[in-house]
Amino acid sequence: MINKLWGLFIIIGIVFTLITGNIDTLNDTILTGAKNGVNIAVELIPILVLWSGIMKIAEKSNLLEKIARIFQPVLSKLFPSLKKDSKALGYITSNIAANALGLGSAATPFGLKAMEEMQKENDCKDTASDAMITFLVLNTSGVTIIPTTVIALRLMHHSMNPEEIILPAILATICSSIAGLFLDYIRRSKKK
Amino acid sequence: MSTFSKFIIPLFVVFVIGYGLKKKVLIYDTFLEGAKEGLITVFHIFPSIVAMVFAVNILLNSHIIEIGFQFLKPILNIMNIPLNILPMALIRPISGTASLAILNDIFLKLGPDSMAGRMASVLQGCTDTTIYVLTLYFGSVKITKTRYALSTGLFADFIGIIASFLIVNFFFA
Repeated sequence: MINKLWGLFIIIGIVFTLITGNIDTLNDTILTGAKNGVNIAVELIPILVLWSGIMKIAEKSNLLEKIARIFQPVLSKLFPSLKKDSKALGYITSNIAANALGLGSAATPFGLKAMEEMQKENDCKDTASDAMITFLVLNTSGVTIIPTTVIALRLMHHSMNPEEIILPAILATICSSIAGLFLDYIRRSKKK
Repeated sequence: MSTFSKFIIPLFVVFVIGYGLKKKVLIYDTFLEGAKEGLITVFHIFPSIVAMVFAVNILLNSHIIEIGFQFLKPILNIMNIPLNILPMALIRPISGTASLAILNDIFLKLGPDSMAGRMASVLQGCTDTTIYVLTLYFGSVKITKTRYALSTGLFADFIGIIASFLIVNFFFA
């Protein structure tokens, strides 16, 4: 999908510019495009390096585990189809907690483990179970407390208050998570 | 309310480092270890950022999206939503890097502290690349029938987008 999308962006962009007759700016765009990309990537280095360092401390001190354990009872209510002592639940909470802290790279292995455990309890191996769907809805509506990449980019463009979007982003995340879980709940109960 | 946003990073850093000290973690060594991993992460995403910014720049500078969505302008104006944000809302569920490139374009043209800049920031921060995540996670356990997962995930994204617009208008109007 990403391959087609990337190609489409370039082809549509170039063809449309040629039709509308902006050949001078087109050359400019093509030649400076890569430079812009490098600039962004370089600007992301400091904050990503710094934040990964801080988050490693959160991981090593078992802060992540502790946060996951606090949320486990709440989260288990969202997964009525899983067994109470299911291993999946632990991985799910760790995944959500790691995502919330912006530890994307630490979150993915937990998420894959959670899928594996849920697959063991799944009766129909090629079809998504209720618990899997709830987990992925929760995961993709993404509860991120501190969106570091966005802040880094705002910093790069000289924002007066790079961090001012944190609270609005948390509120928007809560809205989308609740909406997703609500629709998931309706569709799950409708079937039975 | 914006004071909360101001305090969250410093408080978070103090809390994590304090907790690390209390649990007798070698905080400096651990920090270095994590920082190294962060550097490797940047190294890994570096080419995809360059590739996506390159492609997105060509697409956005052709102005095809502005012209194509011109008919939506009156509706968006009433809701106080800038037109520039539409491509980002459309791409966000598919590719995080592409939407990051669009975010950069909005910052470049309108500034990070403009309404469009703020909305785009919140949008990037509050939703995830739903389609990519579903493909990765379902693919890992070889599930092909995903039932209502995609439509529910995209519905959550849609609500997140609407919420971003409303909340930014409410906070910064």
